[in-house]
Amino acid sequence: MVKMLGAMLEGSLVSLEIFLLTLVFALPLALPVALGRMSASRLVRVPVNLYILVMRGTPLILQILFVYFAPYYLFEASYDRFTAVIVAFTVNYAAYFAEIYRGGIQSIPKGQYEAAKVLGFTRADTFFRIVLPQVVKRILPASANEVITLVKDTALAQTIGVAELFRVAQNASARQFSTTPIFIAGVFYFVMNWAVSEAFLRAERKLAYYS
Amino acid sequence: MDVVTVEHLSKSFGDLRVISDISFSVHQGEVLAIIGPSGSGKSTLLRAVTHLETATRGTITICGTRILDGGVYADAATLRSALLKLGLVFQDFNLFPHFSVLRNITEAQVRVLRRGKAEARERALALLEKMGLAGKASAYPCELSGGQKQRVSIARALALDPQVLFFDEPTSALDPELTGEILKVMRTLAAEKMTMVVVTHEMGFARDVADRAMLMDGGVVVEEGPARELIDNPRNERTRAFLKRFSESGRT
Ligand SMILES: Nc1ncnc2c1ncn2[C@@H]1O[C@H](COP(=O)(O)OP(=O)(O)O)[C@@H](O)[C@H]1O
Ligand SMILES: [Mg+2]
Repeated sequence: MVKMLGAMLEGSLVSLEIFLLTLVFALPLALPVALGRMSASRLVRVPVNLYILVMRGTPLILQILFVYFAPYYLFEASYDRFTAVIVAFTVNYAAYFAEIYRGGIQSIPKGQYEAAKVLGFTRADTFFRIVLPQVVKRILPASANEVITLVKDTALAQTIGVAELFRVAQNASARQFSTTPIFIAGVFYFVMNWAVSEAFLRAERKLAYYS
Repeated sequence: MDVVTVEHLSKSFGDLRVISDISFSVHQGEVLAIIGPSGSGKSTLLRAVTHLETATRGTITICGTRILDGGVYADAATLRSALLKLGLVFQDFNLFPHFSVLRNITEAQVRVLRRGKAEARERALALLEKMGLAGKASAYPCELSGGQKQRVSIARALALDPQVLFFDEPTSALDPELTGEILKVMRTLAAEKMTMVVVTHEMGFARDVADRAMLMDGGVVVEEGPARELIDNPRNERTRAFLKRFSESGRT
């Protein structure tokens, strides 16, 4: 029992790591993707749009397999499974976040840009000081959805054999002929998402000082 | 001295020519009122002069610097420094909602003019005082009435010490009982010899406060002259028709 709990704790740390690393890479990466998607140049916009279409149009589980096995079949190069998971999750989630960012950026009234321009703000100042802070407030609810989905999606890392929480729980459950480990895993995901929801609620409250 | 000179300015959206061959100048310290029916191109004219729209043809000179010459714009640096001499007050304020009233007025001073924070703050507080908003520095735009928002936006523009301030129907988004407070502020500015170009439907204000008035219709200037004369004794038939419609609808 203690051994099982120890293993599950380790598994949940792996899940947590996948979760955090994906956010750390995907959240910033999504910004240039969103800007590329809105670019005036077709040369930028079309490939970025294609990337988003593929990421949102195919199952994440398939993308994980592709990211891990494609280099192997193409160059006979094999690499760390955990790295492959982070890469696959990052490129997938960056596409989703980018679309959320785009919606937020496009919802900022034209008048904000015009006022900024007339006041002489540079384009960078206009974007980072005037537009982006307002975007953050507007995209919080949609982002919360995505982050909650990410917590549950970490279970897909087992596709290429990464010992995240759900795989550990399934193994333990098979060994002991008991569903308890799976149930414990469920509680873990639930608690994790409860924390995520709480964090987003707090952020929303913090930004509620203006409308 | 002329603060702004516009010669033969035209602007088209695709095939639609919205303003056509417009020439006028604004002298230091004067108030120019631009009146005319809706859709006559008044906003487009202000937006072309302040470079929110790119003009199709013509010449624009700001304080001696030619920013548009025969339809060709000056280089980015020249354009930028010349445009800093212009201020624009929008019909719907366009305040930055995530900034406090104070920061709305200090941000451009600090980021654009590179003023020190303390100096910018002092200037902002003085302007708020002048606008009758002394207690509102730490409020957010969403907590203000329309009239208060418009006064903040005027303070925001004035804080950069523009040579000329453009207004595009500054009272049109306000409830009628709030227009008075904006007109009062503008009267004060006029008395201080602030150079202003005001697009307005407030004929009483145009007549009493503006030095000159210009009537636009169909994208061209129909008549131009001393404000009082133009409004009381219009010579042009279209001016007369416009003013007659106006007084009948009781908006003078
Ligand atoms: N961005 C635009 N694209 C196409 N047509 C426009 C645009 N902006 C204004 N117009 C047209 O230009 C004409 C003049 O508009 P505007 O300058 O706003 O007039 P006013 O301010 O006098 O009411 C109108 O017919 C309007 O539909
Ligand atoms: Mg208009």
